[in-house]
Amino acid sequence: MDNESQYSGYSYKSSHSRSSRKHRDRRDRHRSKSRDGSSRGDKSVTVHAPGEPLLDAESTRGDDRDDNWGETTTVVTGTSEHSVSNEDLTRVSKELEESSPLECKRFLGPVLGGCLGLFALFTPLAFLVLPQLLWREALEPCGTPCEGLYVSLAFKLLVLLISSWALFLRPPRATLPRFFVFRCLFMVLVFLFVASYWLFYGVRVLEPRERDYRGIVEYAASLVDALLFIQYLALVLLEVRHLQPAFCLKVVRTTDGASRFYNVGHLSVQRAAVWVLDQYYRDFPVYNPALLNLPKSILSKKMSGFKVYSLDENSTNNTNSQSRAMIAAAARRRDNSHSEYYYEEAELDRRCRKRKARLVVAVEEAFTHIKRLQDDDPAASSPKHPREVMDPREAAQAIFAPMARAMQKYLRTTRQQPYHSMESILTHLQFCITHNMTPKAFLERYLSPGPTLQYQRENGRGRHWTLVSEEPVTSALRQGLVFSLRRLDFSLVVTVQPLPFLRIGEEFIDPKSHKFVMRLQSETSV
Amino acid sequence: MSFIPGQPVTAVVQRIEIRKLRQGEHLILGFSIGGGIDQDPGQNPFSEDKSDKGIYVTRVTPEGPAEVAGLMMGDKVMQVNGWDMTMVTHDQARKRLTKKNEDVVRLLVTRKSLEQAVKHSMM
Repeated sequence: MDNESQYSGYSYKSSHSRSSRKHRDRRDRHRSKSRDGSSRGDKSVTVHAPGEPLLDAESTRGDDRDDNWGETTTVVTGTSEHSVSNEDLTRVSKELEESSPLECKRFLGPVLGGCLGLFALFTPLAFLVLPQLLWREALEPCGTPCEGLYVSLAFKLLVLLISSWALFLRPPRATLPRFFVFRCLFMVLVFLFVASYWLFYGVRVLEPRERDYRGIVEYAASLVDALLFIQYLALVLLEVRHLQPAFCLKVVRTTDGASRFYNVGHLSVQRAAVWVLDQYYRDFPVYNPALLNLPKSILSKKMSGFKVYSLDENSTNNTNSQSRAMIAAAARRRDNSHSEYYYEEAELDRRCRKRKARLVVAVEEAFTHIKRLQDDDPAASSPKHPREVMDPREAAQAIFAPMARAMQKYLRTTRQQPYHSMESILTHLQFCITHNMTPKAFLERYLSPGPTLQYQRENGRGRHWTLVSEEPVTSALRQGLVFSLRRLDFSLVVTVQPLPFLRIGEEFIDPKSHKFVMRLQSETSV
Repeated sequence: MSFIPGQPVTAVVQRIEIRKLRQGEHLILGFSIGGGIDQDPGQNPFSEDKSDKGIYVTRVTPEGPAEVAGLMMGDKVMQVNGWDMTMVTHDQARKRLTKKNEDVVRLLVTRKSLEQAVKHSMM
């Protein structure tokens, strides 16, 4: 809520960014490009304290639309009188990210579940051991059947242990806003179950000091059996049920309309959100805010058509007709903007392709300068021209120089330069050289925008998304449900549609029934 | 009219001269043809030998130039203006008949009744 009101209040400022976009370009070249992931709106400040939401909203202002907004706009901020420059903001928020303690809520669930699991696992052993400890001499000796029970008990416990480790002890990948209903259900079930067993044990065995040891062992074995069945139920409900696809989710990104369709099974809204985000990081091309704006020339024409001033109050008739004429002229002029847009797009396309051609040629040429040194290649280099042997990093630096300019120009034309710093390009070049990649493989990363995951830094804090939904987030998916996942400057809108019911019929074709005849006599009238 | 491969075909023919009629910008003859080496000979209702792939007249429009000239339904066309019609495709036959620069087509046609008429007259 805090986020919303503050964020929407500053959306008008983006209109000022277009005038200072060239400042931003120049600035980007000089500034070190190490903040590739941080200011793209993918900031991951997880907000807890009330003071922090303000910082979060302020950091959205620091996105790459406008860097020197502090100088060009007069905005009364809710936080401070003097304007804070953008570098300070990012520096401060970065420090905040690194210094804030690890979020404990993330590990609460698994820890609780782990404790409960251990408790449940040690209970049968306790059942067996306690009578031996407390009234050993009074127990009836138990022969072969007991041994059989011991062995089966041991193996069942082992199976329980291994499968619990394999299925449930995984690091959680997301923290959900509400409780995970099924998981809570299971923990409660297991707890009640084990507690009732302990209750009966205490009343029937410990108090009267039961002497039939075989009965006690059978009691423990039945507990383990029941635990195995509960685990089976957990497996089915938590893992298997949502594997069969039942719904088709359409995910649309609000800023540029990139959309995908996914098939999911029966999930709750929050689990579906986590699943969608997993796919989002892999499938969607990275969100590039620089690509969204219409070219300046078109919009300036559009806007300049409507400036109508009425300076004189008395001669309203005159100004009315004048303004009407102006609006009519503006409307006529406005009709050309689509053709302007078309030509501008074509021009941009052409420029992009020209730069791309230059880049490809430069990279190809650069790659011909080096080759891998074979082990049995000593005779090739004569003693008069000793070849300098380089490691991949040096080789990359050596061939980077001729292609640097072409690369920079291309990245600037496609507005990708915030994502690729010189350092990252060098690292990628080194990587490609080490793995014997061709120039085309090296360029694959730059010629098309990759998935968002490719541009993420390693971040232990995680990404903060907000799930916005009209239904409670633990309700199951059903037809017509719409929820959205909001990020700082864009959001993903998800629509749910059930998969159609398929009626598949059968038709048998005898392989001998494939016969052909000539076509009917054609008759032509002359 | 049976056709033995390799042997010359002999038939009694009638010479029919049809003057094309101009209708709009088309020159029409007033009949329809069927058959050809690329068609199915078994479907031909007029041929005696169902493996005969010749060109047959399937329909004659009443009061058309063909009827006036004496062409009858079921006739087999053997020649058109000197061009052979016994071993042509359907489309080639159509083209030979509908040449735009010819006003008159001279057909050689044969039918069953011709043979019988000749036989009767010889006896």
